[in-house]
Amino acid sequence: MTEPLLRVENVSRRFGGLLAVDQASLTAEAGQITALIGPNGAGKTTLFSIITGFLQPSQGRIVYDGADITGVPPHRLARRGIARTFQIVQPFVGLTVRENIAVGAHLSRPARTDALAAAGDVARAVGLDASLDRPASSLTVAGRKRLELARALAIEPRLLLLDEVLAGLNPSEIRDMVPVILAIRDRGVTIVMIEHVMQAVMSLAGHVFVLSEGRIIAEGSPQAIAGDPRVVEAYLGKGAAARMTAAGGAHA
Amino acid sequence: MKGFAPILVALALLATVPLITSSNVVLNFMVMALLIALVGQGWNLLGGYGGQYSFGHAAFFGTGAYVTGILQMRYGVNAWAGFIIGIAAGALVGAVIGALSFRSGLKGSYFALVTLAFAEVLRIVASVAPITGAGVGTLIKLDLRSEAFQFQSRAPFYWIVLGMVGVSLILTRMIEDSRFGAYLVAVRENEDAARALGVDATIVKLCAMTISAAITAAAGCFYAQYYLFIDAGIAYGPWISIEGLLAPIIGGIGTVFGPLLGALVVKTLGELTKLVTGGAPGLDLVIYGSVLIVVVAFAPRGIAGIFVDLRRRLSGTRGRSRD
Repeated sequence: MTEPLLRVENVSRRFGGLLAVDQASLTAEAGQITALIGPNGAGKTTLFSIITGFLQPSQGRIVYDGADITGVPPHRLARRGIARTFQIVQPFVGLTVRENIAVGAHLSRPARTDALAAAGDVARAVGLDASLDRPASSLTVAGRKRLELARALAIEPRLLLLDEVLAGLNPSEIRDMVPVILAIRDRGVTIVMIEHVMQAVMSLAGHVFVLSEGRIIAEGSPQAIAGDPRVVEAYLGKGAAARMTAAGGAHA
Repeated sequence: MKGFAPILVALALLATVPLITSSNVVLNFMVMALLIALVGQGWNLLGGYGGQYSFGHAAFFGTGAYVTGILQMRYGVNAWAGFIIGIAAGALVGAVIGALSFRSGLKGSYFALVTLAFAEVLRIVASVAPITGAGVGTLIKLDLRSEAFQFQSRAPFYWIVLGMVGVSLILTRMIEDSRFGAYLVAVRENEDAARALGVDATIVKLCAMTISAAITAAAGCFYAQYYLFIDAGIAYGPWISIEGLLAPIIGGIGTVFGPLLGALVVKTLGELTKLVTGGAPGLDLVIYGSVLIVVVAFAPRGIAGIFVDLRRRLSGTRGRSRD
């Protein structure tokens, strides 16, 4: 088996008395979509912030492409090919869609005209080309999620971390977005995604990690995870899995 | 090279003022207005484009003024050389204050307060240090030769300060169209999102502050040559910090022409107030304050923003049938 592109090793992060992430380890294979799921407050976004350099881990280390990147600031990681989106979308509201994406495109293109042109290409890839010259503030929620994705793609990442890009979208918007994400993977970008929309996780992810109360409690293929009693209990409460099997048995 | 034509037209029009009138009152007024415009242009680069509101640009203005004055009077340095060194010294002060504030992560009102504090410290030091002439101030010897950066008439002074405003206008326009400018605006709009896209926010803000300080220091150097006298209250006093931020906010924050428009409006209002009230001290500040409230409440993008809205509305009504 080849070396994974990203390896998180026993990472913990403490906020005062709260252990938000507790000895979490995960890997992301190159060219695959890896999902990170878990109940609200499990520490998923904190773990993302640690991987992307916005937060320092209290202990543990992050290995990317064979190098230790623990504690490297976000802008350096971006230059090494790690991009992220934010769960709460963070558009540059005073700018147009094209100008927003161009900020990312500037990373490898010093000239303004090149960056603006590249922004147009990225917008087409995520289906934003119709609103290129509109202010970012005029976009709908679905549009803002696409913009978040487009800006991250514009830095031409090797590793893309998506923090709930499907949250807040209606079912038809989710159906539109799934092929966009698959197309990004098919271009060779490794993706790690936090997601609550299980239907999408099932159809997108090759491997799933489950985080609960800061700990990785399970990992495996989406199908194996969906039937794992520990995962069911993490979401529905202790004893839920047993009650469900019992109820299922009674009906059968 | 889109967007430079309006700058050249504006500069050409303003350059004709000394040809139309030789009135010292008018030229003096215009020189002061352009001087404030220049300070405002410096402030606007950091505050308007970078979103870092400084309340202490007097620190750079005063450093430029004192360095050029002291070098001439105490060390016999040529005035033009002193002018260049003054700008460099102002830029250095900007870089130092910027490095200290940005590296400690100061933002918003904390950054504003720290810059104000630095300017006040410099003012107090300048009012007691022997090298600045302490309370007496620094007087530059009258030497009406162009080699000494002094002129018989006000017209050459006017053209020089207009030239500096012109250079700043062009520089601002070039920054708008550059990667640095895009990064600066991105940091203003959302620093975390910018960092995630590979922007080193600290370096970007530091560069903006250094250029901003250099422009403001150039205004300080010019002030010293024009009035041939500075003291701590003039050079490092809060008045210049306030006028330097009023001009771009009233004229249009984060726009190329905002500081120039704002400075002309603010100075005109100030002079009118003096005419009407006979120069009652402090009344011009009351007027500035009222105008600032009106602008912030009704035209947050200033006078330049009103022009943009008007043009959009006009072209909007004409273009509606095509949409």
